[in-house]
Amino acid sequence: MAHPILAAREVSKLYGPKPERFLRDGRLAATPAELSAAGIIAAVADVSIEIPRGETFVIMGLSGSGKSTLVRILAGLTPPTAGAVLFEGRDLKTLSEAELIAIRRRQMGMVFQHFALLPHLTVLGNVAFPLDVQGRPKAERDARAREMIALVGLEGREDRFPRELSGGQQQRVGIARSLAVGPDLWFLDEPFSALDPLIRREMQDEVLRLQGLLKKTIVFITHDFDEAARIADRIAIMKDGVVEQIGSAEELVLAPATPYVRAFTRDAPRAKILTAKAVMTAPPAGADFAGEVAATARIAAFAHDVERSEKPFAVIEDGRVLGAIDRIAMIDVLVGRERPGGAA
Amino acid sequence: MSYAEASPSVAKWARPPVGRLLWPTVILATVALALAPAGALPAWTMKVPAAWQPPLAREISEFMRWLMDRASLSLFSVRDLTRAIAWTLELPLAAAKALLAAGIGGVVPPIPWLSLLLLGVAGGYAAGGARLAVLMAAGLLYLAVFGQWASAMITLASVLVSSLLGAAGGLLLGLACVRWRSLERAVGPILDLSQTMPVFAYLLPMLILFGFGPVSALIATVIYAMPPMVRVTILAIRAVPEEIRALGVMTGCTRAQTTWKMLVPSALPALMVGVNQVIMLSLNVVIIASMIGAGGLGYDVLAALRRLDIGAGLEAGLAITVLAVLLDRFAQALAAKTGAAPERDPRRLRRRRFALAAALAAAAGFWLLAAAAPALATYPDDWRLSTAPYWGDLVRWINVTFFGALEAMKTAVLLNVLLPVKRFLLALPWPWVIALVALAGVRLGGWRLGLLVGALALFVALSGLWPAAMTTVYLCGVSVAIAAAIGVPIGLAAAGRPRLWRAVETVIDTLQTLPSFVYLIPIVMLFRVGDFTALIAIVLYAIAPAIRYAAHGVARVPPALIEAGAMSGCTRRQITTRIRLPLALPDILLGLNQTVMLALSMLVITALVGTRDLGQEVYSALAQANVGRGLVAGLCVAFIGIIADRLIAAGAERTKRRLGLA
Repeated sequence: MAHPILAAREVSKLYGPKPERFLRDGRLAATPAELSAAGIIAAVADVSIEIPRGETFVIMGLSGSGKSTLVRILAGLTPPTAGAVLFEGRDLKTLSEAELIAIRRRQMGMVFQHFALLPHLTVLGNVAFPLDVQGRPKAERDARAREMIALVGLEGREDRFPRELSGGQQQRVGIARSLAVGPDLWFLDEPFSALDPLIRREMQDEVLRLQGLLKKTIVFITHDFDEAARIADRIAIMKDGVVEQIGSAEELVLAPATPYVRAFTRDAPRAKILTAKAVMTAPPAGADFAGEVAATARIAAFAHDVERSEKPFAVIEDGRVLGAIDRIAMIDVLVGRERPGGAA
Repeated sequence: MSYAEASPSVAKWARPPVGRLLWPTVILATVALALAPAGALPAWTMKVPAAWQPPLAREISEFMRWLMDRASLSLFSVRDLTRAIAWTLELPLAAAKALLAAGIGGVVPPIPWLSLLLLGVAGGYAAGGARLAVLMAAGLLYLAVFGQWASAMITLASVLVSSLLGAAGGLLLGLACVRWRSLERAVGPILDLSQTMPVFAYLLPMLILFGFGPVSALIATVIYAMPPMVRVTILAIRAVPEEIRALGVMTGCTRAQTTWKMLVPSALPALMVGVNQVIMLSLNVVIIASMIGAGGLGYDVLAALRRLDIGAGLEAGLAITVLAVLLDRFAQALAAKTGAAPERDPRRLRRRRFALAAALAAAAGFWLLAAAAPALATYPDDWRLSTAPYWGDLVRWINVTFFGALEAMKTAVLLNVLLPVKRFLLALPWPWVIALVALAGVRLGGWRLGLLVGALALFVALSGLWPAAMTTVYLCGVSVAIAAAIGVPIGLAAAGRPRLWRAVETVIDTLQTLPSFVYLIPIVMLFRVGDFTALIAIVLYAIAPAIRYAAHGVARVPPALIEAGAMSGCTRRQITTRIRLPLALPDILLGLNQTVMLALSMLVITALVGTRDLGQEVYSALAQANVGRGLVAGLCVAFIGIIADRLIAAGAERTKRRLGLA
């Protein structure tokens, strides 16, 4: 079986005096109370995740939840106190400096929250920078950089300096730069948190568009559940260094594993997250359907039709009727009302 | 309500307020000790017994003699080593001088004045546009027209070389400090010391190690000018956002690539501030360096000072200022250009390239012409101007007309301020002063600070230079008090008034770039030698930071607080005294700190006008080539500076914490 492109095995990161004493067999062996009594902060505590190739994986949490530390560990920027990070099945810890540099030069790209553009280089220079570091010839790296700049829609601004651009444009440069080496694994560390809400939306669309074109494996960090729900295949919700739950946005909304996840997802835009399959009821016997909806369709896509009809709609998968959805059931789910016997 | 108010005040009085009674008690005791009759205290408290003084000065002198005469590093002697270093450093200096001033082997003439003028204007235009070009033209023309060209070129050569060495050395050392924290801890105190110690004090060892001449001056200049570059580098590199570092790792940069492709370029604007400082400090020590054979404008000023020729001194001094301004603006323009948007209009771009090429060609052509006809190389004598006689006449006229008034002013200040303070300080027993300093350290910054400043004060006492040290404290103390009394109100007044601020800034910038010797000349002519003259010179030189930091501190007070004050019905005066001043206090204290440092660095120069303090000690040790004595006196000055610095910084820190600003 192929390795997942990136995996974390029982990873912990402790800050404080002599954190090694709380490890046993390379694993965190202490309760949060013991740690805090010893003045140790567990930024990441015993986290295991696997990210298969091609997935968009979102790590979500509020500030201080450890999500930034986790992504820094996954990217190999910070060594974990315990546990291992496996890139294509190879433990980052066992790789030599040269191997690590080679992986980063060819297979990883990262977009930063505050863009991290080099102020002394033009847009072209910034995008070409990762290639320059590799010592590629100027003509080649400029051609590649121009291609990337065109990809993010900044043609004609190649010779601008970062400070001549708006925040959204600067992050487009950051995105172009992170894609210049054609990475397999693409880290986006809160890429849009520093942007205005409207621009943020536009940039999310941009990421979705690029992902549709390029099919990277994405590790995306955010503190915004709506953003996570828009772009994620799976979401990991973190709190106090611990992953509370991993699942699709729909699973998190419908079956929160902890009260924290429930609180987090309570106000999520359900119509855009839940699919017909998740909210359907068993088809009534001898039903008279008003129409059909696909099992994978989001509620927002068919709400208008269901709402206008007295009769239920059939939920169809592979040409079979899987269940039914009617006005009442739909509204119950949308407002988050508990339903006896409902599908969940 | 009234109960609630009453109970805490009762509690406050119930316990004796040790902290509040401490300082009044101490002050009373100090006054009592100072007024005590001559025989009341044991003799050893007034004068440190000779038996207690370690013969530090003699041992240092002997060590230097041993080092130069006998020490050997197996293959070669120390003397060979220092001579080799001197020879290596001589090369770039000689090259710069050959290019600018002397010519190469009598075959190739130095760059003629017109060529350099053209180059300067073209360079100014390329770096900073038309405005800088005009400034360059005006400055260089001043040098030519007022006959300062030849000296100015020698100075320029040594300033360029020492700035280059200082900036490059400072950058490398700073980068190393960022890389190895332990190195930073080791280098920090040395930086402090080399900046607070008077330059004279390490001129001496340079002279002995490297011989009398431009190279010793160069090394001394570099040592003096490098510390700010190291500091700026450390700060600038640390201030590069963490994300940029992470980017370096993620793009797979090697360590060298991270440093030279990312950190240094993105910190460049901040680094240029350091380069600027290096240039300014190099120019500052030009005169002092000229005492050990650097020549150039510094020598001209010094010679004029010895002749009491105010006009010539002023013109040469102004030439130094002109050089300083040109170099400063040029460096600033270069720094600003690195981050600015480039010219994108192709027509203007072409025109600019053409203008630059034409200027270069003209400069080269003129150089060739000068090689053929040497008479063209120098600015014609007939076209020279000088204002020197007028300045001399002016001072003479003031002296004749206002002699009585000036003399009365001087005597009044001397009798009412200077002499009483001096007598008071000299009458204090030295163990008491050390105890006071240590106590202040403990109260302001805890036991470690108290121990440190106490130990430093003890060193000063045991060096046997106590009376000279107290004279230094008195002269600096009075100067700083006066500078603060004048400077802080000016700063406060200028803070909210941009036009006034611009005027004030111009004046203090000029005062700071004008070499300190220069305004010593008119003061000496008006008041003759003595403490009063030294006082005025120190105040003039040291007032700038008092003004600048006060203005800066007040400008930084959040506008919301001022609005809150206004809405609570504060009058303007109340806003100043209740909101602006308290919040600006930490900044004002830091300004005082700088004022103390500048005052100390002026000391040695005022030794020329006959003060009897540590500056005089250093200066006369230089005259006698007595390394040990000069170094010990220099260390004493440095230690007084460090004591003042640490105490004031701790005070500022405490105020800041109390105000919740830290």
